Amino acid sequence: MNKVYPSAAAALDGLLHDGMLIASGGFGLCGIPELLIAAIRDAGTKNLTVASNNAGVDGFGLGVLLETRQVKKMISSYVGENAEFMRQYLSGELELEFNPQGTLAERMRAGGAGIPGFYTATGVGTVIAEGKEHHDFDGKTYILERGIVADLSIVKAWKADPSGNLVFRKTARNFNVPAATCGKTCVVEVEEIVPLGSLDPDAIHLPGIYVHRIVTGKHEKRIEQRTVRKRENA
Amino acid sequence: MMAEETKGWDRHGMAARAAQELRDGTYVNLGIGIPTLVSNYIPKGISVTLQSENGMLGMGPFPYEGEEDPDLINAGKQTITELPQTAYFDSAQSFAMIRGGKIAMAILGAMEVAENGDLANWMIPGKLVKGMGGAMDLVAGVGRVVVVMDHTSKHGESKVLKACTLPLTGKGVVDRIITNLGVLDVGHKGLHIVELAPGVTEEELRAATEATIVG
Repeated sequence: MNKVYPSAAAALDGLLHDGMLIASGGFGLCGIPELLIAAIRDAGTKNLTVASNNAGVDGFGLGVLLETRQVKKMISSYVGENAEFMRQYLSGELELEFNPQGTLAERMRAGGAGIPGFYTATGVGTVIAEGKEHHDFDGKTYILERGIVADLSIVKAWKADPSGNLVFRKTARNFNVPAATCGKTCVVEVEEIVPLGSLDPDAIHLPGIYVHRIVTGKHEKRIEQRTVRKRENA
Repeated sequence: MMAEETKGWDRHGMAARAAQELRDGTYVNLGIGIPTLVSNYIPKGISVTLQSENGMLGMGPFPYEGEEDPDLINAGKQTITELPQTAYFDSAQSFAMIRGGKIAMAILGAMEVAENGDLANWMIPGKLVKGMGGAMDLVAGVGRVVVVMDHTSKHGESKVLKACTLPLTGKGVVDRIITNLGVLDVGHKGLHIVELAPGVTEEELRAATEATIVG
């Protein structure tokens, strides 16, 4: 079975439909599936619900799908870097469901692990807990959060072998692992596809069982907050 | 030009005082803003490992110019560097260690703190809402929550309150409050004064505090 596709558009062929739920990896602009996002923009799929920690920035990342009004609802923990997002949200054009960051990650992990819900102390006593089942365990209160199962996962890894085994690089791993596992279908974009047998089986970050389609291409990998220190002898 | 107000701690003074809270051999999460400055004041002989909730233990300093790596950022999306003991992991693992109580302490900023330990630091209704990020998970999961903030707002109103007016980040989660005026602990029936900042009198601290101070 061939998992490697020639382009992001080819890798998404037959998987997109209006109104679908997409789980996306990435944290800020780090480790985002930029090629697949661009291909979804080009495909014009509408009324999307996107579960992603952030919503990109204006003109890059998931921000491009906001500009084209393809997103109906975001499930995110932090959306502060995107003026177009704020404009659409404040004018009522875009729905937003805030999830605490760890709750969002665990909802994806649980969904992918066949766990429909889990109890967490995160958000107890806050607006996040409103309308959710509360349960005490050992004298402490928890709320019930639901696992997420997405129609499609779009993620970015560093390297893949043709069987879909993935290796991520530094903090670009972030939400890519839980997002990859929670989709009925998972499409991965990588910087490099390496030959079978060249990845150390003991150092695979996500095994290929979770990966259905792979595409490689040139990544911009934009930096959101460039911060540096002075050299001591400069 | 008016003379600078020298009473109490400035941002760096608050960060330095917060750094005194660090215990050797622990894993710590520092929030955005003044808490980030705490890493500049880690006392000699104290070794702590900084966690960044986007998936890293062992956070190093900012990179030298030209050595920025788009794949290596902190939770504030700033470029950073790694250390010899650095480990990377995914976001679910990151919050498993937070929720699981493996992180000894979080040092966070705040908009309001109440005498019962309630914390509000993510949302002002009617203003731009950016989201809570990982703050709710951190305050619910870590061993100890230390808040660093100015004691009063720009308009002189106390931010150390009987009850928070803003939507909460966590209920009864704060252990210690470090402000420009001093250090307060959250007790069973109110706040306890631990320390006064240089040049600040107890009367001044009490006058700037709406919350009940019991000792």
